[in-house]
Amino acid sequence: MSANDSIGKTLTVALLLCIVCSIVVSTAAVVLKPAQETNQELDRKRNILAAAGMLDESQTVEEQFARVTTRVVDLRTGKFSDAVEPGNYQQLKAAKDPQMSQALSPAEDKANISRREHYAEVYLVENEQGAVEKIILPVRGYGLWSTLYGFIALEEDANTVAGLGFYDHGETPGLGGEVDNPRWKASWPGKKVYRDGEVELGLVKGSVDPSSPKADWQVDGLSGATLTARGVTNLVQFWLGENGFEPFLENLKTGEA
Amino acid sequence: MDTMKETLTQPIFKNNPIALQVLGICSALAVTSSLQVTLVMCVALTFVAAFANVGVSLIRNHIPGSIRIIVQMVIIASLVIVVDEFLKAYAYEISKQLSVFVGLIITNCIVMGRAQAYAMYNKPFPSFVDGLGNGLGYSVVLICVAVVRELLGSGKLMGVEILPLVTDGGWYVPNGLLLLPPSAFFLIGLFIWALRSLDKEQVEEPDYKMASHTPAREGV
Repeated sequence: MSANDSIGKTLTVALLLCIVCSIVVSTAAVVLKPAQETNQELDRKRNILAAAGMLDESQTVEEQFARVTTRVVDLRTGKFSDAVEPGNYQQLKAAKDPQMSQALSPAEDKANISRREHYAEVYLVENEQGAVEKIILPVRGYGLWSTLYGFIALEEDANTVAGLGFYDHGETPGLGGEVDNPRWKASWPGKKVYRDGEVELGLVKGSVDPSSPKADWQVDGLSGATLTARGVTNLVQFWLGENGFEPFLENLKTGEA
Repeated sequence: MDTMKETLTQPIFKNNPIALQVLGICSALAVTSSLQVTLVMCVALTFVAAFANVGVSLIRNHIPGSIRIIVQMVIIASLVIVVDEFLKAYAYEISKQLSVFVGLIITNCIVMGRAQAYAMYNKPFPSFVDGLGNGLGYSVVLICVAVVRELLGSGKLMGVEILPLVTDGGWYVPNGLLLLPPSAFFLIGLFIWALRSLDKEQVEEPDYKMASHTPAREGV
């Protein structure tokens, strides 16, 4: 048995190595943390702007985001709330916390998310007079392989789509992953959400027939990605429906939010 | 110095970690659907392989045999975490696409294989060169696979459109299979085939040979 294999030496080597490595790792983590947080924040703001179709690469994200106000909505009442602080609120974490969310029954849970948080952040784009120009809402729901996370933007009438974008999903590249295709996303703006008080907006199989009376509420399907397309329809219908943002949008229109 | 050069260049074609030793295949399948992501992955792996070798080599005379694998793992894992933190801070978009695969460098057989097979018995500088060489060998295969997959799968290279897609009003119908991980299996297979046809030495001895046919005889 060589000297290296004694118990004392083994423990010493293990201990010293662990100390050296933990110092290296924690130094890197602490030193780089501010840069990482800035990145995450920028990324979130960029996604919000991109969904609303407002992203302009010639300006910094911070400058553009100055026009956006972040507010918190209580999804149970559909009114603005001060219960949590906008900007610091971890919505996805809250959705897992039994104190901060409620379980959805299978009938309600169209988007397959199992729990819905009580409070949601919304982003309002206001013009110079302070009137709301666009409403950006966070949405998520299950596609084929993964939960899709994104934002949907509505015009000031709370019925016309201004844009849609997903910032995180794990759908099949080239098929379900085409939810990121700019050409497909460009077919969303101008579509209507509600028809006789119900959410009608959704994807169809194949292309939309422009002569159909429902064409205003329909978006082209994704070829080869039936289940992802169904997931997108479901998540739009859930989040703009009665368990999602519909009460809030109603209140906003009547000025009671 | 000649041996140094050989240590560096041997793993690129003659003793390629993926093509000859068939190590580190899983990340080769997962990250090669876009060239840009692949390049970052290659740099990350080369960095980790080279410095893990240096780390292991520096303390090679003090590593107790009973915990040598754990010691190597701790060094590799620390380096991987550092790389991951750096990517998150300075290449956020790419780190999101690479997601778990940077973390999985820890389990990449190339890194540990070289630490155990080379760095445990050699001085720090040759070990560094060996890690670098193996990282480059890995990179060569990955870059070849990624070029084919991205070009034919999505008509782009480094995100720049080369073949205009039908869906964007062009003429090229992309091959969806190439965007899925299994396609990398075929490409790596073809790469190995090409390499072994050029360099017959790499062809392995067959595990068994078929005996020649003998006609059945009447019992006597």
